[in-house]
Amino acid sequence: MTVAPSDLLGRARAGDKRATARLLSVVENDEPGAADALRTLYPLTGHAEIVGITGPPGGGKSTLVNRLTGAYRATTDRVAVVAVDPSSPFSGGAILGDRIRMRERFLDEGLFIRSMASRGHSGGLARATSRIVNVLDALGYGVVLVETVGVGQEEVEVVRVADTVCLVTVPGLGDDIQAIKAGVLEIADVLVVNKADRPGADETARDLAQMLTLGAPRTAWKAPIIRTVAATGEGTDQLIAAIAKHRAWAAESGERDARRRAAARAEVEDLLRDSLVRRLRDRLGQERVERAIARVADRAIDPYAAVDELLRE
Amino acid sequence: MARALRDAGMEVIYTGVHQTPEQVVETALQEDADVIGLSLLSGAHNYLFPRIAELMREKGMDDVLLFGGGIIPEADVPGLQKHGVGRIFPPGASLDDIAKYVREAVPAKKVAK
Repeated sequence: MTVAPSDLLGRARAGDKRATARLLSVVENDEPGAADALRTLYPLTGHAEIVGITGPPGGGKSTLVNRLTGAYRATTDRVAVVAVDPSSPFSGGAILGDRIRMRERFLDEGLFIRSMASRGHSGGLARATSRIVNVLDALGYGVVLVETVGVGQEEVEVVRVADTVCLVTVPGLGDDIQAIKAGVLEIADVLVVNKADRPGADETARDLAQMLTLGAPRTAWKAPIIRTVAATGEGTDQLIAAIAKHRAWAAESGERDARRRAAARAEVEDLLRDSLVRRLRDRLGQERVERAIARVADRAIDPYAAVDELLRE
Repeated sequence: MARALRDAGMEVIYTGVHQTPEQVVETALQEDADVIGLSLLSGAHNYLFPRIAELMREKGMDDVLLFGGGIIPEADVPGLQKHGVGRIFPPGASLDDIAKYVREAVPAKKVAK
């Protein structure tokens, strides 16, 4: 299909899913036309409710996303899911399997599911995730659910993309719950104890409540603890209500604007850095950089000296 | 299989087993996949491959490669290929060969675009 990105844009905006999928690839891969497409779409963004779902692996994030999707679809014409899975650091390949839990919704006309590989980006998202979310937002998806990589401690970047972040945990993680408290708990707007029909749910909820009391709260928002059983759908309505409540609070308190500003800053700084590095590399030539790398590897010079030398040239 | 392709540096959407042709094609469409690989052990290949190829044509996915493998009698392969299906790998085919086939097929397809 040879289609100029501008045509894609028109067709995607008219609701053509194939064009939407292609457009997302153009933006994800930074193919020619990506910047133009984003330029056109950006003014149309800011209307979607963007909900982040994060938490350790095995917590049932995908199953919960599937439940939320069903519930949101009852009230929203178009819902999108962006699910991020890790890329292999060795081959660069990835297995993206979050869709498996959503199979009964594959043919839902109002739902668009897109998998993304993290492609070496840390933080629980792919580098292009926020751009992908922007495109879906601009195309009129009223709710965008963003499911992060399930690693546990450092997937805090979702806070840059989502209006409301749900941290999903389960009973029986034992000491692992300690591990999530450092970074992830801080960014959670809603805490979810999934698989709450299992033994230990009370303790998990109690542990979370206790952790919340540690340290100074960043805002006046007190993250509620919601119990769900994603496998049966129990608690989905309460979770949706908690997300809505947070959304209303964030809009009123200025938290949403503050977060969007921080997100914009991160996005601009990322692009600036990429662009500077690219320009620098073009000017220096890959060969010169490679020579410097080889000398560092041979211990002929140290990495700082190599950078100094390259920048002086 | 998914793991072998991942190890060959590809991003693989794994949909799970027992997908209908409609589900397979809709997934490939939303994910903007370059290739659809079908592993079939059920004996329904003479229905599933042509049906998927038909849905792909309906959706204008002429540039997406459809190929597969599994328990498929050799006698059925020419018939499937008439429907536009690419290579059919027998059970026990080398994972490297399959990855190589996909890698070689995709850039060719991209150039043809």
